[in-house]
Amino acid sequence: MNEFEYWTNDAEETAFTMDRRRFLKTTGSGIFLFFRIRDFSFFTQEGPGRPNLKGGPSDFNAYLKIGEDGRVSCYTGKIEMGQGIVTSLAQMLADELDVNIDDVDMVMGDTDLCPFDRGTFGSLSTRAFGPSLRTAGAEARRVLMEMASEKLNIPVNDLATGGGVVFDKSNAKTRIAYAALAKGKKIERTLTDPVVVKKPSEFKLMSKPLTRRDAHEKVTGKAKYAGDIQLPGMLYAKILRPPAHGAKLIDADTREAANVEGARVIRDGDFVAVLHKYPDVAQSALAKIKSKFDIPAPAVDDRSIYDHLLKAAPAGKVVASGGDLSAGEKSSASVHEETYYNAYVAHAPVEPHTAVVKIEGKKATVWASTQAPFGAREEVAKELGFRTEDVRVITPFVGGGFGGKTAHGQVVEAARLARMSGSPVQVAWTRAEEFFYDTFRPAAVVKIRSGITGKGGISFWDYGVYFAGERGSEQFYEIPNHRTTAYNAGWVGGEGSHPFATGAWRAPGNNTNTFARESQIDIMAAKAGADPVEFRLRHLSDAKMKRVLQTAAEKFGWKPAKSPSGRGLGVALGIDAGTYVAAIAGVEVNRKTGEVRVKRVLAVQDMGLVINPEGAALQMEGCITMGLGYALREGLHFQGGEITDLNFGTYEIPRFSWLPKIETHIVDDENSPPQGGGEPAIVTMGAVIANAIYDAVGARVFELPMLPERVKGALHKG
Amino acid sequence: MVETLRFTLNGKPAVVTVDSDRLLLWVLRTDLGLTGTKYGCGESFCGACTVIVNGEAVRSCQTAVKEVKAKDVVTIEGLAGDGPLHPVQKAFVENDALQCGYCTPGMIMNAYALLRKNPRPSEADILEGMEDGLCRCGAHNRIVRAIQAAAKEMHGGL
Repeated sequence: MNEFEYWTNDAEETAFTMDRRRFLKTTGSGIFLFFRIRDFSFFTQEGPGRPNLKGGPSDFNAYLKIGEDGRVSCYTGKIEMGQGIVTSLAQMLADELDVNIDDVDMVMGDTDLCPFDRGTFGSLSTRAFGPSLRTAGAEARRVLMEMASEKLNIPVNDLATGGGVVFDKSNAKTRIAYAALAKGKKIERTLTDPVVVKKPSEFKLMSKPLTRRDAHEKVTGKAKYAGDIQLPGMLYAKILRPPAHGAKLIDADTREAANVEGARVIRDGDFVAVLHKYPDVAQSALAKIKSKFDIPAPAVDDRSIYDHLLKAAPAGKVVASGGDLSAGEKSSASVHEETYYNAYVAHAPVEPHTAVVKIEGKKATVWASTQAPFGAREEVAKELGFRTEDVRVITPFVGGGFGGKTAHGQVVEAARLARMSGSPVQVAWTRAEEFFYDTFRPAAVVKIRSGITGKGGISFWDYGVYFAGERGSEQFYEIPNHRTTAYNAGWVGGEGSHPFATGAWRAPGNNTNTFARESQIDIMAAKAGADPVEFRLRHLSDAKMKRVLQTAAEKFGWKPAKSPSGRGLGVALGIDAGTYVAAIAGVEVNRKTGEVRVKRVLAVQDMGLVINPEGAALQMEGCITMGLGYALREGLHFQGGEITDLNFGTYEIPRFSWLPKIETHIVDDENSPPQGGGEPAIVTMGAVIANAIYDAVGARVFELPMLPERVKGALHKG
Repeated sequence: MVETLRFTLNGKPAVVTVDSDRLLLWVLRTDLGLTGTKYGCGESFCGACTVIVNGEAVRSCQTAVKEVKAKDVVTIEGLAGDGPLHPVQKAFVENDALQCGYCTPGMIMNAYALLRKNPRPSEADILEGMEDGLCRCGAHNRIVRAIQAAAKEMHGGL
């Protein structure tokens, strides 16, 4: 729905500057197929908080090449940050093209070689890009069969393909390899009419589990990340940072830093940096700068933030409604009004934002950890005053993104310093800088007023979300009278709202909305004296949602009971990126300390056609594990613009000891189009644990993270 | 103080002439070009920089290079060298025990040291031994499985 809210840079609206001829010149002989994203609706949808896309794709936006050596290359502006598309995209292409997967090379995120792409986010790679890639593979296979038909003088209908070879169906010895067909050729095709792709029954690779193709490089230390790029004469830069957002530099005495052997101090107004050929020496030289900042008095902190946000909220906008709320309220036996809160949460990838920039004349080459290489290219061109096409961004492996690397200030800093120093420069943020300059998941508030009839049916639902964004606020239960209102629809916030930058965080908006909705549903189930699974099923008509819930209950061994049953079992449902999720968790709560131990999490997904069940399971497990963090511990500490979390000592992320037993299950839905995989399962984690805590001890926690003292507080209250 | 330090690095003699107070992490990465060892937090919270010094897992971001003088240092690059993958590496591959891969070298080095000390670890031993290694992608359950598989394959020896 709102995937493109990730994109906040309005300047990035250039059409495709990738020059097809230039590409062909650099890539030698072979068969080339140009294609574009088939489903334009992904690119042209508009909505609140989303920049108005000017134009959109006007030319091809991906292509593949079958080379003289028989190797197939797929060029895409998408990047690999752990989500596994380096495997699943190759799997789709190899299957449609009938080649061995080992013969497929993925060329990703290089703005000179790959056509424009808005960025890797929103769980879009498989569902939006995948179908086009498959079609291109099928089209290329058809071209190869036509060429083979001419060469072998056999009608196309009598030919078949397999393992990179076209052969005669009646005599497999009559054959010709793709390599031979591509030899000395330069054939360009542009995909226009969709060709027929394979049916699931014809798949050889798709829907079959495949382990990661990048694993060997990653377990041997050979995989390159931006910080591993070392160029002759390159300097590492460390930049003087303010102690708080909004602080102004009054004075900086850099003499002592400049005296460090080999150190160069660069200054441009408030921008002060130390450069050295060793990053650690640059860091210690930076520490010698004596600086004074004027720090504004903190207006808000991590406790007062919710009151502040509610005051700062703009007028609401109704995003969905039906029936008559007041009639619904009149028919209610009881009405429940609750408020849900969640803290700012950091992306905290283990690889901090890093970039290397090299300038030669009027051209720049950039290596960056980014989820949006083309956006980075635009920003560097702007910073340097270069033409966009004179900047090349290369994206090595990215060490985790989760939405945080759709922003990339480090790239611009490196460009600025490369220009000022005349040397190639690497900027690699420290952990403290990573916490300071993150675009956090926004603190947010959800208010729900809902009612229940004497017969135990939900009578009305009045839902308001503040600052999270509306993704995931669509309620999918059958409720006759309902209204959903978004107060500031986007996760970026607005003037006077957040004290620092916020942005999209894995399944943006949806974690907040699903926590609130599924907690409230449980409250009503408890009021109705109903089993939480049965109560949900009673209010569902969507067959996919019913199926994932029923499957989850069955796989978990759920036995109906009204909550709190003392068993510590919770359930939650959600939809994200087109995927349906049902999760069930089992917890233990220490009544004395408020400590919550998650023992078991089971998640069931309907994600349409699954390309790589292994990769999809990996993403679900990752979502569940990462989701424990925002549910139980992660909440940013700050005083005004000062971020007081500087490292993992105070900002705790999930650890081995937290690990529950994790079970994942994907229901068979191979005839539906593929849906998102990287984000959906994380959305249920707040509510499934909150509901399990309530079931264990009868205490309802309304604020994320559910710290021990909050659980204890809820115990005393309840 | 600038010193010439000799030590064994990935089975071969190494010599560096550096300010001996500099941290091993940066000397490995920049002076010696071994970029498999990663920076994650700089304060030993995450373990991405873990290397093996005389058989022990050590946080190279907290280790002055002078501390490895005359010692035996193994980094991720040296675990298998040019040969086949070490059983721990192989188990990580086969169990898909990684996603973005950035914490992976540190995880593998820590697991290697763990198995050296305790060749037949229980699940609880693995959780405890890996506790101070951070992974943001959430590959933890796979990492545990990989270490169990490696232990089995190594039959209690390295």
